[in-house]
Amino acid sequence: MPYIPHTDEDIREMLNVIGVGSIDDLFADIQPEMRPQSFNLPKGMSECEVDSYFHSLAAKNKQDLISFLGAGYYDHYIPKAVDALSSRGEFLTSYTPYQPEVSQGTLQSIFEYQTAISRLFEMDCCNASVFDAGNALFEAGMMAARHTKHDTWVVDEAINPLWRKMLDTYSAELDITIVTVPHKDGISDKEALKAAINDDCAAVMVQNPNFFGAIDDFTELFEHAKAHKALGVLSVYPVMQSILKTPGEMGADIAIAEGQSLGLPLSFGGAYLGIITCTKALIRQIPGRIIGQTQDIDGKIGYVLTLQAREQHIRRAKATSNICSNQGLCALRSIIHMALLGPEGLRRTAENGMITARYAVEKLTAISGVKLLNDAPYGNEFALVLPKDAHEIASQMAENGIIPGFPVGQYYQNMDNILLVACTEKTTESHVDELASILGGLL
Amino acid sequence: MKNRSIGTLFDKSVKGRTAVLPTQPSQSAKDMLPKGLLRQNAPRLPEVSELDVVRHFTNNSHKNFSIDGNLYPLGSCTMKYNPKVNESIAALPGFSSTHPLIPQLKGGEAYTQGSLQAVYEVEEVLCEINGMKAFTMQPMSGANGEFTGVMLIAAYHRDKGNKKTKIIVPDAAHGTNPASAMMAGYEVINLPSKDGMVDPEALEAALTDDVAALMMTCPNTLGIFENHLPSIVEKLRKIDALLYYDGANLNAIMGKMRVGDVGFDVVHLNLHKTMATPHGGGGPGSGAVGVSEKLVPYLPVARVVKNEDGSFALSYDFPKSIGYIAPFLGNFSVYLKAFAYIKRLGKEGIPRAAEFAVLNANYLRKSMESFLTVPFDRICMHEFVSSPPEGIRALDIAKALLENGIHAPTIYFPLIVNECLMFEPTETENKDTLDELIELMHEFVEKGKKDPEYLTKMPLTTPVRRLDETMAARNMILTQQEKVK
Repeated sequence: MPYIPHTDEDIREMLNVIGVGSIDDLFADIQPEMRPQSFNLPKGMSECEVDSYFHSLAAKNKQDLISFLGAGYYDHYIPKAVDALSSRGEFLTSYTPYQPEVSQGTLQSIFEYQTAISRLFEMDCCNASVFDAGNALFEAGMMAARHTKHDTWVVDEAINPLWRKMLDTYSAELDITIVTVPHKDGISDKEALKAAINDDCAAVMVQNPNFFGAIDDFTELFEHAKAHKALGVLSVYPVMQSILKTPGEMGADIAIAEGQSLGLPLSFGGAYLGIITCTKALIRQIPGRIIGQTQDIDGKIGYVLTLQAREQHIRRAKATSNICSNQGLCALRSIIHMALLGPEGLRRTAENGMITARYAVEKLTAISGVKLLNDAPYGNEFALVLPKDAHEIASQMAENGIIPGFPVGQYYQNMDNILLVACTEKTTESHVDELASILGGLL
Repeated sequence: MKNRSIGTLFDKSVKGRTAVLPTQPSQSAKDMLPKGLLRQNAPRLPEVSELDVVRHFTNNSHKNFSIDGNLYPLGSCTMKYNPKVNESIAALPGFSSTHPLIPQLKGGEAYTQGSLQAVYEVEEVLCEINGMKAFTMQPMSGANGEFTGVMLIAAYHRDKGNKKTKIIVPDAAHGTNPASAMMAGYEVINLPSKDGMVDPEALEAALTDDVAALMMTCPNTLGIFENHLPSIVEKLRKIDALLYYDGANLNAIMGKMRVGDVGFDVVHLNLHKTMATPHGGGGPGSGAVGVSEKLVPYLPVARVVKNEDGSFALSYDFPKSIGYIAPFLGNFSVYLKAFAYIKRLGKEGIPRAAEFAVLNANYLRKSMESFLTVPFDRICMHEFVSSPPEGIRALDIAKALLENGIHAPTIYFPLIVNECLMFEPTETENKDTLDELIELMHEFVEKGKKDPEYLTKMPLTTPVRRLDETMAARNMILTQQEKVK
């Protein structure tokens, strides 16, 4: 019996203590007419068979593709110590730290995560994580709506379209109006964003670098929002944040991020990490767990879940959010990752990707008919205009073992020829040469 | 043995120390971007060596209780053994290195057939276990699954033109139930229990035409099977209200009853409980949601479909879909582990897990009822609630257990039981371990009766002792402040 340790003798003794004749008697409450009408599962497998089944499934995914896909999710190198430490059973198989005396490993790690992220973003505080960036963006909007008592979100169309779709879904049954401000050739239209902020506005939401890779400064926009008692919400890319002007420097009230780039594998879409940070003034609006430092009765420093009066297990229907489980182990991985790279390593990661991206721009725009979508400053990702449909090109190139980037036409109208190309420190010049050579051949 | 990990990563930081440093870039950011777009100061992250990091986290891990190290009878959390084989499966490069946008490329599905097949098959097997028509793997936790379920309910009623504004939640329910209902725009009606179960008369009174759904946990958080279930289903059907199943306690009944067969319309599972994926100190979980026929059109997109040639694809062709709960297909790396667990257990193993979970819970209950108050004197399911004798606090019992290397049960929940101790041993614990717990509990109760201070000073030798939570809330030290040098 896999994972069940009972011997026949154990079972007999236990049934005797309970005072029933058989295990079946324990299920007498489930009447015969409530029993399963079918239970057509395959019979159990040995561990060896299970292992082999999943090896064969994994082998059906093509693994040797050279990929320039990013669009919010990046293939960065993950130091081996991240896996080794985060897979320790003491971290992996513990529950939410309800009993702090025996959960200091988790609690201190998350406190360190909160500290590192707050410093990276130059924001006052950070929670213990939410599910992903889209979820973080929604929670940021709800924080703003509660704080300002306004009901409109002004959203830049150059925010990741998947996260904007999540905003639509999550707010569908609430009294929230979403005003989406179109981008201009992949550049956030700051004047139009400003113009859209009126006195009903709870938050203006922008992203840096934006979905198309363009890097911007939103300081003035956030000042303008403040004048209308609206909050400034900024979504950032944590690796690039090691060099870019910070949300704190720009005066953002809430900064969120997809934390996948900090030590999480791509894993077909999850598990990822929703990062959410804010100013001190908003701390009581933040959703989910927060770790705080305190002392034990002997005066020794320790950590606990704090400000719990915001949460569902205390406030039930009046909680700031329904979130209970978050992405704790992903947050742990990210603090280990940040500690291994340090400020210097994170900066080098960003710069190495940027250098390769510049090499790629040079090579690719040398192909006749290929140009950059705009002249905005960019980091490790940029948008190209191709002379042909980018879906078709990407599809043909994939057949040649190379994914040239993401065709954004899937999410934006009139952009069928636009290809979003990302480089990381794992991308080599020879990858770029191969990309340029195959693309040149197809155009 | 003294744990030598003192201080935080930031305390250990020394300027210039490095661990896994990437190649020195040939150009710096300031050569590539306008100065005004750059941050003024480097982020003050820890500067430590690789050994510093490894030793710091290894030593800190020793300050955690975990299933791998300790009995963890935390009620409603199903802290069963998390098999190691599942971890190595989720880490296979074929799964872990796949970019989620690949199947969205034209023809890109061909490169991710393994992952798409895994999603399709795990949905299929969850449908069969629960008697549901379809599943979505998008929800990223139990609460996220609840929210998804309630959004599906809202979409159904809107589509039918029903005017529904309320959701009924029993008082014993998890706090996430009312919070999720509220996030989906509903007014929450609290339903008092009677004899540890939904009170049919109170339900009758609360069931007005504007009720959209009833959210039930069965067995409920008291560990009791809801005997009035068939009549509840009938009452709801009369006003076209839907029945929601909170799967937190599925471990008690899987293979013994399928929620779809008995009339539930929507169910969320906590795969990180029932299907043995690790909880990771607070996540990531997986809150897969199953639905009956009438809710299928509203499921989130994208969905994985099977083509006629047997290959798998993403489909967005569901015009009534509520949209996107996750950016892609949810916490794939988590439910892959759950799928491996289900494969291992199979047809015989799934109901057997429920059987032994219930056996263990009843053995504990029966063995402890002579010294604890067990408010409902009947066979329990996979967990049960109890109270210590008058004068002894649940909190103090919990702390005494920690001192003895056993994790505490859930305490003070559900709120309707005085000084509640809620035990859920799970099926993976052996009788000897349960006997140790019983013996310790007996000892604490006897000692606590004679000398209350014996318990109130516990724990003594844990990495820290009782912590001042009021101080934490007052001082609000949520990040480490930098020392002024």
